[in-house]
Amino acid sequence: MADMYTEKVKDHFYNPRNVGEIKDADGAGTVGNPVCGDIMTIFIKVKDDRIIDIKFQTYGCAAAIASSSITTEIVKGKTLDEAMMLTRDDVANELGGLPAIKMHCSNLATDALREAIKDYRKKKKK
Amino acid sequence: MKRIYMDHGASTPVDKEVIDEMIPYFDKYFGNPSSIHSFGREAFDAVEESRSKVADILNADADEIIFTSGGTESDNLGIKGAAYLNKDKIGGKGYHIITSSIEHPAVLATCRHLEKQGFNVKYLPVDKYGIIRIKDLEEAISKDTFLITIMYANNEIGTIEPINEIGRIARKHDVLFHTDAVQAICKTPIDVGESNVDLLSVSAHKIYGPKGVGALYIRNGVKIYPLAHGGGHEKGLRSSTYNTPGIVGLGKACELGKTRLKEDMAHLKNLRDKLIKDILKIEESYLNGHPEKRLVNNAHFRFTAIEGESLNMMLDEKGIASATGSACSSKKLQASHVLMAIGLKPEEAHGSLRLTLGRKNTEEDVSYVASVLPDIVERLRKMSPLWNR
Ligand SMILES: Cc1ncc(COP(=O)(O)O)c(C=O)c1O
Ligand SMILES: [Zn+2]
Repeated sequence: MADMYTEKVKDHFYNPRNVGEIKDADGAGTVGNPVCGDIMTIFIKVKDDRIIDIKFQTYGCAAAIASSSITTEIVKGKTLDEAMMLTRDDVANELGGLPAIKMHCSNLATDALREAIKDYRKKKKK
Repeated sequence: MKRIYMDHGASTPVDKEVIDEMIPYFDKYFGNPSSIHSFGREAFDAVEESRSKVADILNADADEIIFTSGGTESDNLGIKGAAYLNKDKIGGKGYHIITSSIEHPAVLATCRHLEKQGFNVKYLPVDKYGIIRIKDLEEAISKDTFLITIMYANNEIGTIEPINEIGRIARKHDVLFHTDAVQAICKTPIDVGESNVDLLSVSAHKIYGPKGVGALYIRNGVKIYPLAHGGGHEKGLRSSTYNTPGIVGLGKACELGKTRLKEDMAHLKNLRDKLIKDILKIEESYLNGHPEKRLVNNAHFRFTAIEGESLNMMLDEKGIASATGSACSSKKLQASHVLMAIGLKPEEAHGSLRLTLGRKNTEEDVSYVASVLPDIVERLRKMSPLWNR
């Protein structure tokens, strides 16, 4: 069963990067719902419009966990505008591909990231 | 790395004795069992001997057994075969089927197909353990009902249905009773006479036999319509040249299963109970299915705040083969219909883990699984936004 995943997916699943919570996060975004079986939260710390720290918490399958992990790795150090442009295909490509049926899981990772950025921008306006 | 197989509900290894019995039928006795010559007769004799062995484990007669390509075909043949034959009796029996909401897809999809053909199907609910209520069954029976199809034991949560009571009711109302015994056979004694079963499905690969072969028990006197028309094999009910090696394998698997039944059951029950006891020590872990009325080899759990496919993969990394009913692991991205039917919430169903034991499993295997699982659950919970402790 595990062979439907690339080595890269398995690496990020078994050794996820940036797991956890940022207590004093500048922005946080949660997407997914218990019905579909994947929920993720992404926390960001921002300085000079750049993501200087990022962490995630994910409840879900291996694809969901690996997508969250690699997303945090890709966007760490990037500007918010750059991070906003990350797509689910970028995430899947970085992972060396995902089974078609698992693409929605990589979607969640970029969605959660965008929600976190929006959250940050909203808070900043105030 | 040590590998431990605890997914016998999915498939089993073919027993060495079964393989030995099958081998000569690939080349030495390769003849077509329908041929008149000596090559054919050798193969024919083997097929008939296997028929007796399959009949034996069900307490049936040999001429009540039809060989098929597996559990799925047996379910299709039993249900559609009965339906197509009963269809014409307008105004009488012939349009209503009763089944349960926790059947294997081989039964459920067949019933849905028949609904499209104009049959009415009642899907009985189950209680929190996965058991149908006899009262519901009796209430569902109408003058149009011609078939009840309810599984002997569930493939996911291992719950054993009240087969004898269902059989008694079916007989009382003169309704055919089909049961999918694919998971039950060789794990519990089966007696089609005592249980008033009319049609029963068997698959070889769940009982240490080969894949792609099975059988349908058809009570003497019960008529069904064939699905595969052709040369008229199996009393015209299932045409196609006999899969002699497969049939020989199924026969041997049944023979072994029958002689070993007591021993196997005691062994599996011992391991299962130890597994359940050890794993339920994990915080917020629960057993799915009935505590007693369950297959001797089935242990089915759920853990709060984690997802089953991740759990299967973490166990796989430790060499342990397991299964789940989570949505992410299914092709339809829906949580298992069985777990929904017993009243679990989707997030509870996603966190499920099925461990199904087999003959070769040992107490050490159980101890190993019980020793690695708590860490895995903790690792996944640490990642989970649903676990705030
Ligand atoms: C209860 C039940 N019925 C039917 C089947 C299908 O059997 P087969 O794989 O031989 O087609 C299975 C196997 O998964 C099963 O568990
Ligand atoms: Zn998923």
